Amino acid sequence: MTEPLVRPKRKDPLRRTRLPLSPPGARSRTALGLAAAAAQGRFMLQVCGQCAKTIYPPRDACPGCFAPTPPFCDVPDGGRLLAVTTIRTSTDAYYRERMPWRVGTVQMDCGPSVVAHVHGDIAEGDRVTMSLKLDRSGQAAAFALPVKETPAMADDKQLREMTCDPKFRRALVTDGRTAVGQACAKALSEAGCTIVFVGVADPWKPFPGEDSLRRIPNVEIVPLDLTNSESTGDLAADIGGRVDIIVNTAEHVRPGGIMARKGLVVAREEMDIRYFGLMRLAQAFGPALRFRGADGVNSATAIVNFLFVHALANWPEFGAYSATEAACLSASHSLRAELRPGGVKFINVFHGPLETDWFQELPPPKVAATQLAKSAVDALKRGLEDVFVGDIAQDIRDRFLANPKALEREL
Amino acid sequence: MSKRQRQSYKGVVAAAPVTIPYERFSIHGAHWWIGRALRALSEQAHLKPADIDGFSVSSFTVGPDTAIGLTQHFGLSPRFLDHVPLGGASGVVGLRRAARAVQAGDADMVACVAADANHVDSFRRTLSTFSRFAQDAVYPYGSGGPNASFALITRDYMNRFGATREDFGRVCVAQRDNALAFPHALMKKKLTLEDYMNARAISDPIHLFDCVMPCAGAEAFLVCTEERARDLGLPFVRILSTIERHNAFMDDPIQYRGGWVVDLDDLYGLADVKPADIDLVQTYDDYPVISLMQIEDLGFCAKGEAAAFVRERDLTFRGDFPHNTSGGQLSIGQAGAAGGYLGLVEAMRQLCGLAGANQVKDAKVALISGFGMINYDRGLASAAALLARAS
Repeated sequence: MTEPLVRPKRKDPLRRTRLPLSPPGARSRTALGLAAAAAQGRFMLQVCGQCAKTIYPPRDACPGCFAPTPPFCDVPDGGRLLAVTTIRTSTDAYYRERMPWRVGTVQMDCGPSVVAHVHGDIAEGDRVTMSLKLDRSGQAAAFALPVKETPAMADDKQLREMTCDPKFRRALVTDGRTAVGQACAKALSEAGCTIVFVGVADPWKPFPGEDSLRRIPNVEIVPLDLTNSESTGDLAADIGGRVDIIVNTAEHVRPGGIMARKGLVVAREEMDIRYFGLMRLAQAFGPALRFRGADGVNSATAIVNFLFVHALANWPEFGAYSATEAACLSASHSLRAELRPGGVKFINVFHGPLETDWFQELPPPKVAATQLAKSAVDALKRGLEDVFVGDIAQDIRDRFLANPKALEREL
Repeated sequence: MSKRQRQSYKGVVAAAPVTIPYERFSIHGAHWWIGRALRALSEQAHLKPADIDGFSVSSFTVGPDTAIGLTQHFGLSPRFLDHVPLGGASGVVGLRRAARAVQAGDADMVACVAADANHVDSFRRTLSTFSRFAQDAVYPYGSGGPNASFALITRDYMNRFGATREDFGRVCVAQRDNALAFPHALMKKKLTLEDYMNARAISDPIHLFDCVMPCAGAEAFLVCTEERARDLGLPFVRILSTIERHNAFMDDPIQYRGGWVVDLDDLYGLADVKPADIDLVQTYDDYPVISLMQIEDLGFCAKGEAAAFVRERDLTFRGDFPHNTSGGQLSIGQAGAAGGYLGLVEAMRQLCGLAGANQVKDAKVALISGFGMINYDRGLASAAALLARAS
């Protein structure tokens, strides 16, 4: 059984911080199909379109019929652990300081044998549920999990390397004035964060929900204005070394296309809060996050950013706002690469219209703030990279993947 | 489609066994080791570079060169050129290709050489870029290298057939005994079963003495006609039969047998030899489980019974089942691809009566087996040869 994690003691400021290392990250281009699946928490392997053979490791032709590069498809994730070993010496610096490490051979119900990381609660001969996780190099890794949830399952040392579990970590929610911000503060507190810093611009101004926000255990209100570089810098100087998770809940939704408004005032505000806000946040907190990627049980682990799903494909009804969100999406890819040396993930949580004032006139389905917060915490616990919350976000994703040009016309 | 009959190797011999003593770490590159092996061959056979018209090389560390670059490096102008990147199967495969070239008149004198360098950190670099599947699907999983891959195969073999660590230990202990009589072995300390059992775990159930030590070194031999070998006054052995088979039993979920099984009847049939006729056996011993697997798959006992087989026999060069008579890679060291030549070159010495203190008495027929290339989860290459002494 997994030994439950113990809440880490206060860090000795005189001790050297262990620097983050990455496990081996080189992969063939074909194998990156696994990363695409892992980013969304799906279990996909190549399945030959012609002879239906399920294939692993990834290949450039089907070994059953030579059909070229079989596509990645969702496949049954059950299997049986045939053999397990505990590696005690490794040639790789990342693994060397994490020894011992369990790996095993799993015979998958769908056919192939998969060499995988093995959860501590599984024994040889056991049935397993196979998953694809993103490891600290940002690459997909097969991870064998118990079929049924076990006590303290998420605390498994190897699994926690691949996830961003909030337990015993310290989070910063950037805007506590929004419903989404308040829901995130609550969800992170419930998920085991030891502190949830909640940013509020001009804290002397009261706001709806303030009382209940202050009553959430472990919440600490801090002054933060994402439109002000001094504010982000000051807060980072104060708490930057003890923030492990950042959830950016800053919002500025305004309807209308590009020509619907005169001038750039509103567009500038959108960009200032959303795009430049993300940049200010990343510049102030990013270097410390990346530096602290291997800093013990409460190492820095992720930035979560909410994105309007029309970042993928512009919806002219919210044309200017969609464009801002597209800028944020593009920035997220840069930040993902910049954070990777620290093993810190950048999680995009895509959503459609929310149950908030600025989407008031739109018909359902709409996403509730609590649902969004739940999805964000779930993504952290599972170590995902791209999450699509609600029917509209998933529908837009599917249409976009199928045919981006068609989606442009449909919108 | 009917299978065509394999042809005999009559009239073709392997001659002049050469071992360049291994070093744990060496500042020299693979080219230096290959050069020393060529020099040793030329001294034994009184050959100038121009007399060598066939060249077969096996090495992991000769990059960026391949065999062709080496021709210029060593002043060779061969009409038969081969690069055999098959790890532990390199020796037998190099031999059988060279033998066919000589038999067909494509070459008169083939120099077969395997050599690898070992610098500090070469092992890690070889592992991380060993194969595409290793890069994509093995190395990122704890980076345990072959120790971890063979640990999984060993675990499964133990579960499946009831073999124990003591059974593997017997193989290792006997080989160390053999190595103590072989001057070039890097491991020179006696090993007891107790030492074996108490060694530190590397990747359970693999412990320290189950692992080979990476080192630098070279092995080599010549392939030519019997007539030519006699003219040059070379010690030589006859080639009775050979087999190779790759990626056999690809649907086995985990490896417990190798490709020898597929072609075993041909191996013994062409040679007109039975397992009981064999005087010494050289298995590829990168891990003892693989030696047990070969003892089964080469027909000395039924599948799953090798553990009982080794319990009842003396595996030293003095014993009733002389096995890995110079100590094998487990006691000599693994000089990369030269590890795939080690058993073959040792068997040649034994059959020529050149073995020295570890000489097997009256050795007439030897079986040499090769196994190599953990591409993903299993060794893909397998090969075997039956050799006989000249008269």
